[in-house]
Amino acid sequence: MKKRIIFNLSLKKTIITMRKASFITTLLILITAIISKAQTANEPEMADTMRSNGKIYVVVLVLATIFAGIIAYLIRIDRKISKLEKNK
Amino acid sequence: MPVPRLNIINESIRNLYYHVPMWFTMILLFTGSFIYSIKYLRGGNLRDDVYASQLTNTGIFFSILGMLSGMEWANYTWGAPWSNDPKQLGTAMSMLIYFAYIILRGGLKDDEKRAKISAVYNIFAYALMIPLLWVLPRMVDSLHPGNGGNPGFNQYDLDSNMRMVFYPAVIGWFLIGLWIATLKIRWGLLKFEKENNFQFEFEKNHNNNA
Repeated sequence: MKKRIIFNLSLKKTIITMRKASFITTLLILITAIISKAQTANEPEMADTMRSNGKIYVVVLVLATIFAGIIAYLIRIDRKISKLEKNK
Repeated sequence: MPVPRLNIINESIRNLYYHVPMWFTMILLFTGSFIYSIKYLRGGNLRDDVYASQLTNTGIFFSILGMLSGMEWANYTWGAPWSNDPKQLGTAMSMLIYFAYIILRGGLKDDEKRAKISAVYNIFAYALMIPLLWVLPRMVDSLHPGNGGNPGFNQYDLDSNMRMVFYPAVIGWFLIGLWIATLKIRWGLLKFEKENNFQFEFEKNHNNNA
């Protein structure tokens, strides 16, 4: 009986990790697709999207990076705090 | 807000409001950490160590953001994300020094020992960061705007339009950096308090049993 519960628990854990892994792989595939697209557009001439409109999209990219970084960092802090709260 | 019209940089001159304040915030946070490390060494209060370590962590976070934003920008202006620019190299070195700080802290389990050794290390790291970021890149030519004969915004920004945005932006980023650091410090202090309470109760129980 006890063994079964443990088995169920571990099954649940593996399913959760698998879900997480699949999420990360989708993200990775998306990112590589975007990068490869940007690179192919980069090769022939200067008129790719990043350099259009006076390179304003470089500013957009930098802003997006910083925003994403700050959000990710805040989510990490949030998780740490909830972990601390749980261990009360 | 109109910005100076420059070749190569074009509109990406607006990155001045985002990329540069990242480094300013990093330096502010590292300075705070430096002060708290000295305070810890003088007073021996472990709460000061929590302040110092969390300020450094947040500073490292901002250095990563500054490095990423700089590399993204360099890819479209210098032609490659990494071109061994003296400022890039100096920053990479001081980032590695501060990464080693985290590793050093992770490797020491005893609270007092960790606090003392990492406080001394932090002071050395800060003392190394000053020449690496402020002195050495200025002694050689850099690809950065405003260095090595490249026009910076201060030569073209005659009507101070960029300053009107840049200085408030710096203040804003300072506040964001300090806010994130205080969040982390509050978390660190809570954790510290809890661990010490636990230790206290353990000692009490232990004494009662004995």
